[in-house]
Formats: sequence, structure tokens, C-alpha cells
Amino acid sequence: MNRLRVLLPVAVALLLCSAVLLAVGVDPLDYYAVVLRRGLLTTRGLQESLTRSAPLLLICASLLVSFRAGLWNLGVDGQFLLAAVLVAACCPLIDAWLGRGPALLAGLLIAPAAGAAWAALPAALRAWRGINEIVTTLMMSFLGVSLANTLIKLAFRDPDTTVPQTLTLAVEHRLPRLFGGTVHLGVPLALLVLLAVHLVLTRTSAGLRLRLLGESPRAAWHMGLAVPRLTATALLVSGALAGLAGGVDMLGVWGTMRADWNPAYGLTVIPVVLLARLNGFACAALALLLAVLSVGSESAAVRLGVPSYFNLVFIAAVLLPIAASGIWQRRHGR
Amino acid sequence: MTGLGSGAFLGQFAAGSLTAAMPLLLGGLGEQLSERAGVLNVGIEGMMLAGAYAGFAVAYSTGGLWPGLLAGAAAGALVALPMLLLCVRWALDQVVVGIALTLGVQGLTALLHHFAFSTSYPRLPAPELWLGRFPLDYAALAMCLGLAGLYRHTLLGLHLHAAGERPVALDMAGISVSRLRGAAVLATGGLAGLGGAYLSEVSAGVFVPFMTNGAGFICIVLAMLARGRPLLVLGGALLFGVSLSSATALQLLGVDVPSDVVQMLPFAVVMLLLVVLGGGRLPAALGVAYRRGDR
Repeated sequence: MNRLRVLLPVAVALLLCSAVLLAVGVDPLDYYAVVLRRGLLTTRGLQESLTRSAPLLLICASLLVSFRAGLWNLGVDGQFLLAAVLVAACCPLIDAWLGRGPALLAGLLIAPAAGAAWAALPAALRAWRGINEIVTTLMMSFLGVSLANTLIKLAFRDPDTTVPQTLTLAVEHRLPRLFGGTVHLGVPLALLVLLAVHLVLTRTSAGLRLRLLGESPRAAWHMGLAVPRLTATALLVSGALAGLAGGVDMLGVWGTMRADWNPAYGLTVIPVVLLARLNGFACAALALLLAVLSVGSESAAVRLGVPSYFNLVFIAAVLLPIAASGIWQRRHGR
Repeated sequence: MTGLGSGAFLGQFAAGSLTAAMPLLLGGLGEQLSERAGVLNVGIEGMMLAGAYAGFAVAYSTGGLWPGLLAGAAAGALVALPMLLLCVRWALDQVVVGIALTLGVQGLTALLHHFAFSTSYPRLPAPELWLGRFPLDYAALAMCLGLAGLYRHTLLGLHLHAAGERPVALDMAGISVSRLRGAAVLATGGLAGLGGAYLSEVSAGVFVPFMTNGAGFICIVLAMLARGRPLLVLGGALLFGVSLSSATALQLLGVDVPSDVVQMLPFAVVMLLLVVLGGGRLPAALGVAYRRGDR
């Protein structure tokens, strides 16, 4: 029964997407084969998917913390980009000055600090003034995206390039690659962080306090918990993890940030975390799936001429039936 | 080149601001209606984008802006339909469904655009004006007042308020919560679609993938800040409109500031207002699906 609940929505999604593909004149089987092969079944594709999953896993961790506490951190994109831009600006300089180790270490410290700093105002407003964090995190996110671009154009611009971008961290000075492939250290790190967050949330008293806050702030207050401080901490940690995602993406993959670069991971990861019912393991699996889909669809774009936007249609087509399967579950008792 | 102080320049600047504000006003009024009724409509970004594409495509193929605007509103309502079914009737998570709809529409419109227009990138002719403005502008301003009256002085307004605050009370009074919320969601879709169509047909004259670019989320914020007062939505939309068009104005004046700096202004102002004034409360049952017999 449980298996049916997962497989049926996916089947519905595949059917819906096949209809769209047929409408644009592409054989759906061809398309799925390319996505699967290039996203998962070739060594190169698999490595690329694993690499792609690193920021997604960390953003999952970020959202887990905030959603568990009943808080909507909808500003992960701003936190992600600001951290990325600061890391991209500082690390090449530190690298030239002190060498690779200190540069990477500094990057891994700057990124969460930047993310947390960008979440600080919404956190304080929510904790001590009771101002809805959906509004403030969204506002800060838009602000952060523009600020990141401004910083690149006005402050951190590499004078030697025509397109505005930051200095570049040399490929061999980025996060170490594993087993001679292209997967970098950030990937296992991200997975570890996600699982650690999951364990802290489900197995420790600190996690219990956060969950209590999420389930019922009044109950948390009556239990004598410091609700404002807990609220602020949850949003700060969430911001820090989103920032770390940006840092890892810079240090592991890109090495430089161009103006107007915005992968906008937030919008795709939010429903994933909610659908995983705030379970870290399920998040990890879904994040990996998301990475495979996005890498595969990029290949399919080149090979079959279906723009990678199709990926978004696919994600939506999977999300809606999975969400709808919840109704069935509710009606039948479990 | 005209100087900063000249009347012509200021007039153009004001007109540009109003044009940039109009999609936000329409979408914001829609979102406000839906939030008033207790449904947090996160799918509004998708509804606006659907309206933008449908509006553009229809206006381009028929050669008329009005059929396009109508099609935009219809497309927005069409995207709202699954929201109605899944969130209002079947009480699914409003955020998951809203985001999924937005993602789906983003992908679909970008695909459709790719196969229909990406080689030619056609533009629409400038709209015909009436007393210096596009006629829909007057209608939108009138609607703003109309909605204010509706919320404040009519029984329907009271029912909407109850649907957002205490759906149980509405249910006990014999009014169907899901029907009322459903109607609100559909109307939101229509308004958002209209706003999107305005964006592509009147403001831009062209459809670009992802062109709403967060406008729907700005509408959500406007509605949350304005709560039950449509005139505040108008004020907020104008604030965003002014800063959006001042980016172009500065470029025209030859001031060398990246447009990103100017784009930060409205968000910074909203944050500042929140810090100084504090936020108000939201409808008690916002985002909570109503199922009879719960609790």
C-alpha cells in the first residue's frame, strides 16, 4: 500500500509530462531515457548529479531547522547568494595571501556567518516584535539578490574580465575532489550536515524544544522555554545553513560568481522538504532526485532540443500528485 | 535629453511608475481578497505568469489587447482551479500546492515561449490611451475603492472576514466556507492573471520567460502588510512602481548606478517601515484549511 502511494503519483507525473512532450513533438521515452542516462547512469552524469546535490542538501538542512520550529524562512535565496558572493570575493584573496587551507577554511566560516547575518533582522523582528517572518524573509531575499549583484558590480569586480564577476579561485585551489573524480568534499560534508541536523532535531533535547516551539508556541511558553531566543536561534541557524550552501557551491564548483547568477534553489527545495514531512533521510533522497533531474534535463536540452525549463514542469507534475496522495491517506485512516 | 526638473520628464516618470505599479496593484488586490478569506495563495506568481503568457499570445494572434487581457484573466483563474480543488476542497498544504503551481507554470510558459516565439521575439504595438492612460488603469483604481467598500460595508465582506478569522462561525451561520473561499481563490486567479497580462501587454509589450520575476511574491507581501485595506495595496504598489521606473529614469539621466541599487529601494523601505511601525496581525485562520468537524 505504501509503495503504491509513492509509485502512483510518479506514474501520474510521467503520464502528464509525456503528454506535454508529445505536444512539443518529442518522444517521451527518448526524453526519459536521456534524463536517466545522463543524470544517473553514466559515471560523469552521476558525479555531476552528486555535485549538484550539495547545495540542495544544505538548503534542505536549513529549511528543516526553520520549518521544524514552525517558522517560514522563505529567504534562502538571498542568504545563499550573499554568502556566495562574499566567499567568492574573499577566498581568492586569502588564497593568494595565506594559501589554500586557510582560504577554504575561511570560506566555510564566512559563508554561514553571512547567511546568518542576512537572517538576523527577520529573526530579531519575529522573536521580539512578533513581525511575520514570511514578509521579512521574502523582503530580505529580494534585497539580498540585488545586493549581491551590486557588490559584484561595484565592490568585488575582477578588473580583468568584461562580464562583471568576482576574482576566480583556481580550480586546483577549490575544495578537494574525491577519488580522482569531479565530486568534491562539499558533497559528503553536505550530507553529513543534513543528517546531523536531522539527528539533532529528532534525538536531542534542543531538537525537542524546537519542535515544541513549532507545534505550539504557547505550550513552549508555558513550559518555561525562552521562546524569543529559541525563535531567533532557529532562524539564525537556518540562515547560516543556507549561507553554507552558497559557500560550498562557490568553493566546490564555481570558484567565481558572475553578476545576475541566481540558481533560485529555494523555490524547488521548499516543497521537497515539506513533502519529505521534515524527515532528513527523505529530504536527502528527494534532493538527490532533484539533482539527477536537473542534470539530466540539461543534457536532454542539448540532445533533444527540449529546453531544461521542462524540468520545472516535471517537478510540479511530481509534487502535485504526491501532495494529493495525502488525501487518500487521510481518508483511509493512515 | 530633458533635465530632471522639467515637467515633461516628471510626467513621464509618473506615468512610468503607474504603469509599473499596475500589475502589482491588480495582483495585490487579488492576493488580499484570498488572504482575507483565509487562503494564503502562494501560487499567485504562477497565476500572474500564466496571465502574462496567455495575454501576450492572444493579443499577438488576435491583434487586440482586450481579448488578451480577458485571456490573461482566464488563464490566471485556470491556474487557480487546481488550487481551489486541492487546497480548499481537499485541504492540502497551501504552500506546497502554491509553489508547485508556480514552478509548473514557469516551466510551461517558458516551454511554450520557446516553441512559439523564441526565434522571432515579437512585440506588441503600444496600447491606445484614453485621457492619457490605458483605460484599465481607471478600472483598477475604481476597483480599489470598490473592494474597500465591499470589505467595510457589505455582508459579503463580513463573510469573507469570517472565513479568514473564524471559519467555524461562518459554517455555523449556514454559509459554505469552502464555496466562499473557492470563489475568493478563483477571483484572485483572475485578478492575478489580469495583472500578468497587463505586465506583458501594456508595460512590456513582449513576453519573456520568468518575466514576473517575483512580482507575485511582492503581491503577497503587499497584501500581508495592507491586510484588509485596498488603498494600502495601492500605496505599496505605487512605492514599488516608483522605484522600478526610477531605475530607467536614472539611466536616461546618465547617472551611472547599477539598476540593482535602485531595485533594492522598495524592499529596504518596507523593511524600514516594519522596523519602525511593526507589523500587524494576520487573519487568524490564514493558511489553515477548514474541514468541518476538526477540533
